[in-house]
Amino acid sequence: MPDTILVIIEQRQGKLNRASWETITAGQAIAAATGWTLEAAVVAARVGELASEVAAKKVAKAYAVESPKLEPYTPDAFVAALKPFISAKQPKLVLMPHTYQVRDFVPKLATAMGRTVISDCIGFKHENGKLVFTRQMFQGKFSADVSFASEAPWFATFQNGAFRGDKAEAGASAAPVETVKAEIADNIVRNKPQEVFKETKQAVDLTQAEIIVSVGRGIKEQKNIELAKHLADALGGDLAASRPICDSGWLPMDRQIGSSGQTVAPKLYLALGISGAIQHIVGMKGSRTIIAVNKDPEAPIFEIADYAIVGNLFDIVPPLIEEVKKAKAGG
Amino acid sequence: MKILVCMKQVPQKDAPLKLNESGTWIREDVSYEVNEPDAYALEEALRQKEKHSGEVVVITSGPARAQQVLREALAKGADRAIHLEDNAFVGLDALNTAKAFAAAIKDEKFDLILTGLQSDDYGYAQTGVVLAELLGWPHATIIMQIEKKESGIRVKRELEAGYFQFVEMPLPAVLTIQSGINKLRYATLIGIKNAKNKPLRKVAMAELKSAFGENLQKIERLYIPQKTKKTELIEGSPAEIAKKLVDKLRNELRVL
Repeated sequence: MPDTILVIIEQRQGKLNRASWETITAGQAIAAATGWTLEAAVVAARVGELASEVAAKKVAKAYAVESPKLEPYTPDAFVAALKPFISAKQPKLVLMPHTYQVRDFVPKLATAMGRTVISDCIGFKHENGKLVFTRQMFQGKFSADVSFASEAPWFATFQNGAFRGDKAEAGASAAPVETVKAEIADNIVRNKPQEVFKETKQAVDLTQAEIIVSVGRGIKEQKNIELAKHLADALGGDLAASRPICDSGWLPMDRQIGSSGQTVAPKLYLALGISGAIQHIVGMKGSRTIIAVNKDPEAPIFEIADYAIVGNLFDIVPPLIEEVKKAKAGG
Repeated sequence: MKILVCMKQVPQKDAPLKLNESGTWIREDVSYEVNEPDAYALEEALRQKEKHSGEVVVITSGPARAQQVLREALAKGADRAIHLEDNAFVGLDALNTAKAFAAAIKDEKFDLILTGLQSDDYGYAQTGVVLAELLGWPHATIIMQIEKKESGIRVKRELEAGYFQFVEMPLPAVLTIQSGINKLRYATLIGIKNAKNKPLRKVAMAELKSAFGENLQKIERLYIPQKTKKTELIEGSPAEIAKKLVDKLRNELRVL
């Protein structure tokens, strides 16, 4: 029997997480490279229609792993459901999206099984029969190819956007669906989660912005935010920031771009003094044009920039504001 | 509350990094600093102690240079420190690091263990959760608030896209802390002076060796990422750069 790749699908309130399709695409690519069989499992209190949605993709089999105790999500219930399931199915490789939920339970799951997770991968290579996973290190300054040195099952998670969800291939016919009732003992769930909520009503919707001027640590002081604001105003764009700026309270949280903030895709993204940590990049790499100003020529933001200006933003921005104003006035 | 904070020393954010000869790690002759989320974890531990009394203990692993992280923590108000001292700790995977920590604290009774949600070097985002599982404790990740209750704690978890969730859980527990949960304090002069007399326990790798095994994952190679995008460098004086940029904005991007 060939080895199996098992993709664990994430759902919220009956909807598949978009990142799950990306993991299916990743699984299909690894299956094509290795000749292994691809299967997928949806884990939920009631999987319902979701299983057939997954079974329509090019997978050999879809599982619906169900227990009323899986809702609301807790790491204890998820590990109690998945450990025996994975032990029984014996996949070679278990893939998941690197979501906040997966980050919460997959290290526990792997540890409970005496295994390891290669987390937050951006790709894979199959070289001379050996499978290696590529992940970013040192905040994206380097990439590392990482291999497993343990017995199966191997666990790996993929970064948001590492694969294209819309490239997940459909199957020629629907794959069979098997429902697995997870047995979760009564007293094992220790955490009591409450309702999910949004802090305040999002005042600023940057997802529709056409031009975004975004500031990072390079702005140095709160009073310098004003300079970026002037540039945003001159361009007719919106002001945004990387996480440290909002953490410092220099701009409100609803102006934060990145994994914990908004994901944007404007025509123009002008990054001022942003180094380009992975958590920020995932929120803006879909921008049509990226201009980056940073004094560090090695800053990872330049990896994804269309136009790179290596220099001090305090030298560059004032004349830029003047030139933009001139251009606008001149028509 | 007796709180342990797991901290890590990482290369400074804007330090230029170079690969070593074998292309498996960075050259170590760079400046280091405390991993930022760990600094927030320490701050939160100190605030909890100020509210509920107790003790704050800090732990790190790494070569002699890593002691700086512990010294700073003691200067800010931590009561004592544990240093798993050996350069080889740097190369451990998350599972082995957590096993080493678990072995080093086996005779202690903590109510709470805090650590940053991930490190700036490896970026595993795993060690805290793995440690919880090894200890058999509950955990919660990416925490933005901790409130002590009669029977345990109530924490605020950050979810994606601006969502949050409160979770009640019993103690002892492990929490991974998100940057920005609080405002960091600076060490005072008196704090720095007092730190010199606070206990710092060194643990050699040999004492812990039986607790962990071979790494279960291996870095085959480390390299500068291949560029996927063609980047045009815009050079000149600030005035020239501004003119060139406006020309691009107007004639190529058509946003002006």
